[in-house]
Amino acid sequence: MTAPAIELRHVSKRFGSVIALNDVSMTVNAGEVHCLLGDNGAGKSTLIKILSGVHRPSAGEILVEGRRVDFRSPRDAAEAGVATVFQDLGLIPLMSIARNFFLGREPVRGVFPFRRFDKDHANAVARQALIDVGIQVRDPTQAVGTLSGGERQSVAIARAIHFGAKVLILDEPTSALGVHQAAMVLKFVIEARLRGLAVILITHNINHAYPVADRFTLLNRGTSKGTFSKAAISRDEVVRIMSGGEDMAAVEREIADLLARVR
Amino acid sequence: MPEMVRKSLDAPDERVARTGWLTRLMRRPEAGVLVGLVATFVIFALLPGAKSLYSLQGAMTFLTLAAELGILAAAVALLIIAGEFDLSIGSMIGFAGIVIGLLVTRLGWPLWAAIGTAFMVALVVGYLNGLITVKTRLPSFIVTLASLFILRGLSIGITRAVTGRTQIPYILDNPPDPWTAALFNGHVLTGFFRWMGEMGWIAVKGDGTPFVPGIPMSIVWWIAVTSAAAWVLSQTRFGNWIYAAGGDPVVARNVGVPVARVKITLFIVTACAATLLATIQVMEAGSADTVRGTLKEFEAIIAAVIGGVLLTGGYGTVLGAAFGALIFGLVQMGIFYTGIDTDWFKVFLGLVILLAVLVNNYARARALGERSAS
Repeated sequence: MTAPAIELRHVSKRFGSVIALNDVSMTVNAGEVHCLLGDNGAGKSTLIKILSGVHRPSAGEILVEGRRVDFRSPRDAAEAGVATVFQDLGLIPLMSIARNFFLGREPVRGVFPFRRFDKDHANAVARQALIDVGIQVRDPTQAVGTLSGGERQSVAIARAIHFGAKVLILDEPTSALGVHQAAMVLKFVIEARLRGLAVILITHNINHAYPVADRFTLLNRGTSKGTFSKAAISRDEVVRIMSGGEDMAAVEREIADLLARVR
Repeated sequence: MPEMVRKSLDAPDERVARTGWLTRLMRRPEAGVLVGLVATFVIFALLPGAKSLYSLQGAMTFLTLAAELGILAAAVALLIIAGEFDLSIGSMIGFAGIVIGLLVTRLGWPLWAAIGTAFMVALVVGYLNGLITVKTRLPSFIVTLASLFILRGLSIGITRAVTGRTQIPYILDNPPDPWTAALFNGHVLTGFFRWMGEMGWIAVKGDGTPFVPGIPMSIVWWIAVTSAAAWVLSQTRFGNWIYAAGGDPVVARNVGVPVARVKITLFIVTACAATLLATIQVMEAGSADTVRGTLKEFEAIIAAVIGGVLLTGGYGTVLGAAFGALIFGLVQMGIFYTGIDTDWFKVFLGLVILLAVLVNNYARARALGERSAS
């Protein structure tokens, strides 16, 4: 059996006296969509920030394709093939699609001191990469700010795929999108999976998570409650966990009591 | 800036109507200032005094004014696009001038060494401005406001302590290297202008030499600095990083753009632009003055903003800033030649700034395809 695309072993993260993550282990295989579930404060953000090199774990280790890695920056993670599309998408609205696509990795031509950004190449490649994931971009020199939310999301995903990501982490990719655009983004998630990427998906929307996910990992108050394959967990159960599980049932009872007293 | 020319790789998307060249032109950040520049030219052409203003001599005068401001505006535009301000450049002009003046008159240094030292000082000042801004994450507005006072105070304090006065005259009296001065205060194309004078095409003095001996070096420097800055911004990787640093520093840093390095470098560039201007002024006047350059920092910011550079960063062009400087020079001389009370210049300036910012906001919305940027 080949090593998982990415693996966390007993990872903990403390911020001062706050334990944000406690002894979390999980594995994500290539060609799998892995959905990360949990209420606010469960540690999802901390976990993806560790995976993407924003934070370093206080304890435990991360393995990419079986090799131990130590990410000191998002750049380190990207170079190891772990690409994260945060909610800001890593795109700058006032800059063109092509300039955004190659930001920090600009192709250059010519010799110093006349070395310049190869814009023709950048435009052509950005355009092709977008066509490859299935979106027809009008003009790679147009500003990213002119694109719709779904289009921006897909530019960010296409960029991650183009630059050789093996693990793609998507933080709430559909939260700000309408039905049609969310469907478009989920199509790219499946596209990425078919290309053999490991996809880690964070979302609050069961209608988005359940159809595309292969496995689910549940986080609660900084600890992992285990990983389940889709076969092992029903949609209703996922909904119950996502909406806060027992806590939510307790809240509902309290509200019912309150309403009864008001009447 | 991205060229708004459609690359004809395959059939255009049917969802968008083809944009005409006029629409594409109007979407460029310089569009507003270009309209403003043409309007300014036309207005002064209709006013009395237009003949003198648009004579060769008049043109050289306003072009020289524009050049001196334009050298600063090119550097300042880059820095504003990268999301920072440098309010210390006016004081840097005075400070660089007295560095040159004191080294030449007190220590007998050749001009090239004194000028070279002034640029080294600028490098240190720019580096410190940048480093403090980047490390403390304070607004550069405040950090460089402090440098504004420190540098001006140092200029006056040092000069008075050493010479007992606030001006340093006779800098060009006996320099061992007068050719260095010619690099900054000379003229180019002098042969061509003499020939035009002989042909009777341009006005000549009694001795047959033309009133305008050639194109002043300040204009040559302006063109050189503007071209270099424009090329870096629009054609290089570093230029992409400048836009990114001002557009969204957090995103830029996360994708690996060395935002701190970009900003520090540009603070050095603005300090060096101020020193270049100081050198030109000292070489032309033959003297240095501790109050020289006062308020130039604001004029440079105004020129950049009139030129379509967004004050919040991330958007604008160097060419726009050059047009902004041109409007500035034209209006200043135009008001002088038309005999309008020059007191009104500031009123006009205030109104132009307001108008420019409004136009910029509109242009930004246009660049984003009239969608509200979220």
